[in-house]
Amino acid sequence: MTERETALETQGVTMRFGGLTALHDFSIRVHRGSIVGLIGPNGAGKTTCFNVMTGFYRPTEGKVLFEGRDLTAKGPHEVCREGIARTFQNIRLFSNETVLQNVMIGCHVRTPLNWWETPLPFGVGAKKEKEIREKAYHLLEEVELAHLADECAASLPYGAQRRLEIARALATEPRFLLLDEPAAGMNPQESQKLMAFIRHIRERFNLTVMFIEHDMKVVMGVCEYIWVLDYGVLIAEGAPKEIQADPRVIEAYLGEEAVADA
Amino acid sequence: MSVEMFIQHFLNALTLGSLYGLIAIGYTMVYGILRLINFAHGDIFMLGAYFVFWGGALFRLPWFLSVVVAILFTALCGITVDRVAYRPLREAPRISALISSIGVSFFIQNLSIVTFTAIPRAVHVPQWLGQVHLIGKVRLLPLAIVVPIVSLLLTSGLLWVVYRTKPGLAMRAISKDIETTRLMGVPVNRIIAITFGLGSALAAASGIMWALRYPQIHPFMGVIPGFKAFIAAVLGGIGSIQGAVLGGLLLGFIEIMIIAFFPGLSGYRDAFAFVLLIVILLIRPSGLMGEKLEEKV
Amino acid sequence: MYESRTKRLNVAAVALLGFFLWWAQGNLDGYKIQILNLVAINIILALSLNLIYGFTGLFSLGHAGFMAIGAYVSSLLILPAAQKEMIFLLEPLVWPLSVLQAPFFVAVLAGGVAAALFGLLISLPVLRLGGDYLGIATLGFAEIVRVVANNLSGITNGALGLKGIPNHANIWWNYGWCLFTLYFIARLVNSNFGNVLKAIRDDETAARAMGIDVLRCKVVSFSIGAFFAGVGGALMASLLTTIDPKMFLFLLTFNVLMIVVAGGLGSLSGTVIAGVVITVLLEWLRFVENPVTIGSFHIPGIPGMRMVIFSMALLFIILFRREGIMGMREITWNGIIGVCRRKGEKDRD
Ligand SMILES: Nc1ncnc2c1ncn2[C@@H]1O[C@H](COP(=O)(O)OP(=O)(O)OP(=O)(O)O)[C@@H](O)[C@H]1O
Ligand SMILES: [Mg+2]
Repeated sequence: MTERETALETQGVTMRFGGLTALHDFSIRVHRGSIVGLIGPNGAGKTTCFNVMTGFYRPTEGKVLFEGRDLTAKGPHEVCREGIARTFQNIRLFSNETVLQNVMIGCHVRTPLNWWETPLPFGVGAKKEKEIREKAYHLLEEVELAHLADECAASLPYGAQRRLEIARALATEPRFLLLDEPAAGMNPQESQKLMAFIRHIRERFNLTVMFIEHDMKVVMGVCEYIWVLDYGVLIAEGAPKEIQADPRVIEAYLGEEAVADA
Repeated sequence: MSVEMFIQHFLNALTLGSLYGLIAIGYTMVYGILRLINFAHGDIFMLGAYFVFWGGALFRLPWFLSVVVAILFTALCGITVDRVAYRPLREAPRISALISSIGVSFFIQNLSIVTFTAIPRAVHVPQWLGQVHLIGKVRLLPLAIVVPIVSLLLTSGLLWVVYRTKPGLAMRAISKDIETTRLMGVPVNRIIAITFGLGSALAAASGIMWALRYPQIHPFMGVIPGFKAFIAAVLGGIGSIQGAVLGGLLLGFIEIMIIAFFPGLSGYRDAFAFVLLIVILLIRPSGLMGEKLEEKV
Repeated sequence: MYESRTKRLNVAAVALLGFFLWWAQGNLDGYKIQILNLVAINIILALSLNLIYGFTGLFSLGHAGFMAIGAYVSSLLILPAAQKEMIFLLEPLVWPLSVLQAPFFVAVLAGGVAAALFGLLISLPVLRLGGDYLGIATLGFAEIVRVVANNLSGITNGALGLKGIPNHANIWWNYGWCLFTLYFIARLVNSNFGNVLKAIRDDETAARAMGIDVLRCKVVSFSIGAFFAGVGGALMASLLTTIDPKMFLFLLTFNVLMIVVAGGLGSLSGTVIAGVVITVLLEWLRFVENPVTIGSFHIPGIPGMRMVIFSMALLFIILFRREGIMGMREITWNGIIGVCRRKGEKDRD
């Protein structure tokens, strides 16, 4: 791999919950502009890793650096302001709001509308409001949800909800996007489309994308680089080909007998 | 302050604290199981006191019998409240049940005005409880001894139920995880009803002793003790029975001692508990004996 | 196109309301006017609680406290100096307050601002709490306010309260403030800032991930709600002309909460409708507490019955129609016109 700029870096991150070490001495370096994957069996600590990176958990030890700046002590909203956006494993849309409103809420961090700007139907507030609405609508067009703009977010089919969640994350104008199991519950065709979609938004918005995924087809299909977690420990990393051949990974996923049989 | 005075205040605080503690147990058990602040609990306490009064005044029951009957009736009221106003809301957002309990609280208060009238009534205190004995310079009311002892016995009995019996085991299981417990075949609703029954019975006992100690009853008498006992439960760590008793005693002592040492503040008496509550919630929301909960994202 | 039509219809509705009030002032008796006034004030109070609870999801039970602050501050500003001297029997009123005077509008505004400042002050600590704990903490705050009002005789005249407050809060002031509150809160919740508040209500975790400074937004919403609660309290004080600490019991908060829940959490039109219905109902229910004589037949009043029926009504709503009258929906002009059109078409068929 050629020498490229680092977007995000973790240094010896350890996360403990009481006696349980969900993440142990986790150090990675993500290159700017790449699409990378984080895999591992259930309960391996993948989501925990995302939660640490996005400021939801303060790591017990270690540091998270984004473009050279230390994020470790920052709260989720500050991390988002720095340029990292995420989606959730169990979709978390604002279910009482419309599709358009969901994306507009994502716009708030870059175009904050203050409460005192809201009463007047003209002036700065109204201008901002219009700007936000248009921007949100454009984003919806980008993810092909514009025709559903006024639908209630909760009424969308599953796949559309996933895309909406990504659109909402994009509305915060991130440079780094974390997706937690975006293909969960999708059929192969949908997953295929999702892969193309992830590639597309990477190009379109100049992103670095990191995602957690159980569907190996998706992971091997789009990732340039992969990290494998097991019981909170990083057991392997490398290009998809290397990971596929790595006996430790196979063992972690299938148990020891499988390796012996092979 | 003289030693006699201090002993006097100490006894007062012990009585008040025990009474708070008994009410607090009901709050803590219900919160532990349903995550519900049962606003109506203070009014259940009031009902206990009224039932004894009516048992004596209306049905001419011997005092002791009317106490037993009153406790049973109050327990029944608690169970009914749960059945009618809380059980249908088990699947609803938590605040709905809380609003329902506020509604029940006002309902009980005003129904009591309708049936008992709002006029405060004097309560009959049996001679052996109300006769003041002078020991040295300390005025000793037998109640000051009886209340803490009865409270201790009742609490021990409850702890025995919770830690040594099957329904108690089920209660503890529900407070950890209601869904799983249901799946294990535990009749969850019946256990919750038992919890309400026990909590209400203790509140009734507290209400009855309260009426003996401060011998007057009226339909709003449960409001302030109710709030304070809830605060005691938070203080002790909500969900913990021992914590509730401890919190009750602590609150009783804080209240009495502040007034004893700073008589100028006695007008603010009803505010201490609330100030304490806000402070506690800020520095240690899990209370003195509660477990810390971490939010999972 | 829709927007300008909505605007015109809004103006027409306000004009119609103005006309109605003008008519009412000339033709209705004092008791009915009083009810109209209470309707306006209750709507102000309920709208402000709906902003806090219905739109932002902060379960606050502190409304009586904010009302008390607004009521005392504004009353002290409009009471004439001579009256102040006369009613402060326990202790004279402390100095700057004893001479301070302000026009009614300024006094009400000051009441609102004072309540908002207190809201700001307590919000920083208590808003870190969630759900029911927030409810209890804010209830605690309201109780503290009441106890302090009972004891701070040099400012509040203690348990005696304030009497002879000038009755400036006529129908025009009350409805003026009511419309302003409705306009302000409606603009707020329909803006993107309102969307953000709703996001916090729906899923705080997701809102934080969207870069929203949740605590700050909650503080803003809470303080704005406190402001209007203070305004409502100030108007109420001038309408009733006497206040004392007993007036600001938890019952007062309960009444406001009832309106909000009945109307629908997160629905402004629901709050307005419920505000009218419940205020009128509460007044009408007074008759069950008054003795009635029909011919030679005498029915004694039943004290307490009014609140029994009222709390039962709340229980029915929460048990059987939890979303209230409107749920989260709103009545809009476009909606009304749509319904009329459809109905018209059906009639023609
Ligand atoms: N807030 C928390 N408190 C206590 N334990 C936690 C917390 N968050 C995560 N854990 C524990 O940390 C471990 C790792 O969880 P995590 O959610 O990161 O796994 P995961 O790799 O995302 O698994 P999955 O594929 O099932 O999503 C689990 O054992 C989990 O129970
Ligand atoms: Mg996960």
